[in-house]
Amino acid sequence: MTGVRVLVGTRKGAFTLTSDGKRQHWNVSGPHFPGWLVYHVKGSPVDPNRIYAAPSTDWHGQMIQRSDDGGVTWTPVGNEFAYTGETGKHLWYDGTPHPWEFKRVWHLEPSHSDPDGVLAGVEDAAIFQSADGGGSWRELTGLRGHTTASAWAPGAGGMCLHTILVDKSNANRIFVAISAAGAFRSDDAGQSWRPINRGLRSEYIPDPDAPVGHCVHRIAMHPRSPNVLYMQKHWDVMRTDDAGENWREVSGNLPTDFGFVVDVHAHEPETVYVVPIKSDMEHYPPDGKLRVYRSRTGGNEWEALTNGLPQQDCYVNVLRDAMAVDSLDPCGVYFGTTGGQVYSSANGGDSWTPIVRDLPAVLSVEVQALP
Amino acid sequence: MIRVALPGHLRRLIGVDNEIEIDIDGTATPQSVVDAIEARYPVLRGTIREHGTQKRRAYLRYYACEKDLSHDSPDAPLPEAVTSGKEPFLVIGAISGG
Repeated sequence: MTGVRVLVGTRKGAFTLTSDGKRQHWNVSGPHFPGWLVYHVKGSPVDPNRIYAAPSTDWHGQMIQRSDDGGVTWTPVGNEFAYTGETGKHLWYDGTPHPWEFKRVWHLEPSHSDPDGVLAGVEDAAIFQSADGGGSWRELTGLRGHTTASAWAPGAGGMCLHTILVDKSNANRIFVAISAAGAFRSDDAGQSWRPINRGLRSEYIPDPDAPVGHCVHRIAMHPRSPNVLYMQKHWDVMRTDDAGENWREVSGNLPTDFGFVVDVHAHEPETVYVVPIKSDMEHYPPDGKLRVYRSRTGGNEWEALTNGLPQQDCYVNVLRDAMAVDSLDPCGVYFGTTGGQVYSSANGGDSWTPIVRDLPAVLSVEVQALP
Repeated sequence: MIRVALPGHLRRLIGVDNEIEIDIDGTATPQSVVDAIEARYPVLRGTIREHGTQKRRAYLRYYACEKDLSHDSPDAPLPEAVTSGKEPFLVIGAISGG
């Protein structure tokens, strides 16, 4: 590997941060799509020059932009996300039925095998697929057509499908997470889905262990252990060892188990990272100290990583798509904050340095290892 | 020839700095003007009107000759001053943000 490229989506555009393999000196490029909310930017695992971005604004709706030269230039591609068939209704905040309405793309998941293949998770919750590099989009209707869908309801941030994980060893197996419906799994490439929420317990819904209704914030997987998933739920850090059939809590000694991000070390499937946030009412780190917590035991036993991170008067948040790991050795870990900082660690989290300090609020962070 | 002033985000998408000029076959209306804009610049589909319903996006307004035409019928003829090119047809983004 010759270097890394960090892809940052912010409230006012996208940025690319590039460095060599040492990851000490960085070149910052952007803003791309200045003024647009960029919920997510992600590169193709097959072709690192192929990058997809999802800018949107309240004025002009959704755009999808594609780069074929590593983020230097961009081309708008297809932006029509039309629900297929009967629109249907889900529950609104007041408990009444409310028709599905497309609002924006939250997450783009490029294919592991085809640079033209990409999945999109959207609000109101649904999953779309493009096979032509984002030129056109087709809904995978089995998810929104699930028998429980009429009982799904939005969280405070909207009813968003924000997480898509595809099993690299079995492309037919896809996991998604929806706020606030929960986690779902498909074993037939997205044609049919079932909830995988057994073991989750959420006191903020009428039936705390209901099959759906849980506010899942993020799910992470190590590609070598695709049956092991880690989840940052609204409250609780959870783990499954059987592809979501059963979850158990692994919050252990965390100072608070509320948070948004969770990610897994690139080379150690049992090494996990979270950023604890004080509470659902106070979205900032406890005690004004920005701490990443690392478990080397697959959860339950956590250590605070503070070297290089602000340990006083820090009241930023780290949003659900704003952490990523690179595949270099040692593993690099990256996260962005609502205060506009992007921190990097070139040693698995032992120490941190800010790549940039003053971007707009960071919505997403992804990283590519460059050949 | 009709002059159209687009919001900055849309001008950047189509690579222009100023007003655009379009020709309309038949009666010039907000609908036919946006039809012509989208035909010339397909990248703008969905950014002024919603896909599917073709309704004006909620945070945009159509102005001309110091009047808000947004709530008129999209098929209402535009003022002669617009169709003659004397005044522009304005697509305006609502004031928003902080």
